[in-house]
Amino acid sequence: MSADADDEVFVCGTGAVSPAGWGTKLLLDAVASETPLPLKEIPRPGTDSSLRVRPVPPLATRPPWLAHARLRRTSPITQYAVAAALEALGADAARVTDGSLRLGIIVCVMSGCVNYSRRFYDETLRDPATASPLVFPETVFNAPGSHIAALLGSNAINYTLVGDPGTFAQGLALGADWLTRGEVDGCLVVGAEEIDWLTSHAFRLFHRNIVLSDGAGAVYLRKETTPVRLAAVSDSHLFLQSRPRATAVQRMRHQLTENYNATLLVDGVQNLPRYDEDEALAWEDWNARRISPKKILGEGLMAAAAWQSVLAIDAVKHGVGSAFVSIVGTNQQAIGAAFSGVGRDSVEP
Amino acid sequence: MLFPPSRRSSEVHRVVITGAGIVTALGFGWKTNAEGFRAGRTAFRPVTLFDVSQQRAKMAAEISLNDDLPRTKLSPRQITRLDRASKLLLHAAHEAWTQSGWEPTEYLPIALGTTSGGMSLGEAYFRQATQMPGRNRQQPARVSHYQAQRQALDLADAFEFQGPVTIISNACASGANAIGHAWHLVRTGQAECVFTGGYDAISHLVFSGFDSLQALSTTSCRPFDAHRDGLALGEGAAMLAIESLDSAKKRGAEILGEIVGYGAANDSHHLTQPHPQGTAAVATMTAAARAAQITPEQIGYINAHGTATPLNDSAEAAAINTWAGTHVSRIPVSSTKASIGHLLGAAGAVEVAVCAMALRGQWLPPTMTIETPDPICAFPLVREPRDTKFEYALTNSFGFGGANATLILRRWS
Repeated sequence: MSADADDEVFVCGTGAVSPAGWGTKLLLDAVASETPLPLKEIPRPGTDSSLRVRPVPPLATRPPWLAHARLRRTSPITQYAVAAALEALGADAARVTDGSLRLGIIVCVMSGCVNYSRRFYDETLRDPATASPLVFPETVFNAPGSHIAALLGSNAINYTLVGDPGTFAQGLALGADWLTRGEVDGCLVVGAEEIDWLTSHAFRLFHRNIVLSDGAGAVYLRKETTPVRLAAVSDSHLFLQSRPRATAVQRMRHQLTENYNATLLVDGVQNLPRYDEDEALAWEDWNARRISPKKILGEGLMAAAAWQSVLAIDAVKHGVGSAFVSIVGTNQQAIGAAFSGVGRDSVEP
Repeated sequence: MLFPPSRRSSEVHRVVITGAGIVTALGFGWKTNAEGFRAGRTAFRPVTLFDVSQQRAKMAAEISLNDDLPRTKLSPRQITRLDRASKLLLHAAHEAWTQSGWEPTEYLPIALGTTSGGMSLGEAYFRQATQMPGRNRQQPARVSHYQAQRQALDLADAFEFQGPVTIISNACASGANAIGHAWHLVRTGQAECVFTGGYDAISHLVFSGFDSLQALSTTSCRPFDAHRDGLALGEGAAMLAIESLDSAKKRGAEILGEIVGYGAANDSHHLTQPHPQGTAAVATMTAAARAAQITPEQIGYINAHGTATPLNDSAEAAAINTWAGTHVSRIPVSSTKASIGHLLGAAGAVEVAVCAMALRGQWLPPTMTIETPDPICAFPLVREPRDTKFEYALTNSFGFGGANATLILRRWS
């Protein structure tokens, strides 16, 4: 399956904030080290127990963009998303601001602004008369996307997509669609999450050894040729009554491998046997190189899906002919993406 | 493949509505709601879902929801896990699905807008997690069903279809954005049919949030009134079965209306306040009219976002004045939020359904609560039930974060 010239969409930049630190290089180095990042214990209120997480480390110095009026009160998810977005945009950020580049923004989240939501609801239960009007607006899912647009001065189309981590790949496909139909000149696709005891506790109800992490990843797409092309995003294979998760994952895998070649797989397994089972089985016979970043970084949900894409893109940029990203979501879909090197290996099967 | 899209055509397809379902505090279904909107009825009552004794505002457009649900393919176990928002969504979806005559299918994208769909489950989860930290009974189901994707998958299971699920959460523009996204999918041939709409239920967190901002009216919801003092919250859902005109004709489906234009933009002025001149609203109305290949003078009715907050209505009025220019004095405008409150993520979808009803019946839904029109309105406000002949209706939706969206519908004749 090959793309028409009209469908040619390229990766112009990436950004990442992860438990490894602020910046793509730290993410790449951490994953290359193959050593799981240290765990941190956060208290579980109301009990003597704690929850193990892998949070983003604090910034060593305060970046200038945090002084922007819109960003002073933002919760961590916005700060992660902004940092990843600015890194991915690079010099093009100034072109957005001066109005010479129409930038579409797609922010994908699963848990979203949970810190402030939890805090605001807690205030409401205690005394609604004193619940903070400064906190409430930051609870809405599209707050991070709005802040990115405000910082850049962008008035172009801006969607926040909600769903399980596979939604990040849907975001890539939507961004590519906006570009191919000329709606925007560039499109930023961001996946972001923030840690809170509430979500960490919630995930432990499903798997007691799961370790949540937080951060963001960003992929900046344009029509202008660069060394890395977004070759494909598979169909969204839903988990339904009539189609169990395992079947959906198999279908995703077959759709990718029957239509494209790749020499690298960036998967989502994380050394949690029951949790990983369907994905591990679907890619059991994969004989080429494989990277499993969640083993190092933890379960970053939407951010992790973005990190997987950032890692695949970096590998292609540095010589890998093409790479698959396998995203097996928590409760919605299995979906994959393929990135290929321009002027090197073909992605044709 | 989602990209490059497996399905696409170079031809631009006309997009029609072949099924519509609606639930608001005015009642269940197209007929009841059409009668209510046409008469300009209001549906506010004291909030009963949670304690509002410590809040400034005490009223909302709550829906009387009992346990009766339409018969679908959901299992008894799935039904027991549906929260309030999911039930509203299911009611609207069932009406739209039945009316469309669609059959179970292997490929039907779904595009939904919501801001806080399963919030009541999230609240219950939080209360139990903090008040009874050692007790996890029912918590896993709450975690799972709190999430909007679970509610969308329930629809897929209920009507036995499959396809990509896209949930847009652009605050109060979510429903309009979802329908706009669906419109693009059909228009470009990426899908023949899309199931789309929006839904939200009133929740304690959101009610308290708007109350904390002092955005809720303590009197009555009076959009575009000079003395308006805030919005009133409501809840509900609207779902549309939309498809290409070719598909509808081939099936011999009844066509309820046509969606002809969509525009989306971002207002980066402030997180909760619109730009005073409504610049992004001007951009979305311009974009939607360009897509529809019409000019402002052809618009016969504007269903305004019209929340009744001082800042929204003045900005929207300024935007309509600017966009319509010399034609503004001939375009009737009303806000149906005076009848059913602000439905947040459902608002845009419900207001598309209202426009479709009005176009089909050739009447204009009045805003009956206006006492003193705000002089900024250079357009005629629809204040009494009125029948008229018109071809195009425009609906605006704006949200926190500066999400702006406009859709234009055309009467089907």
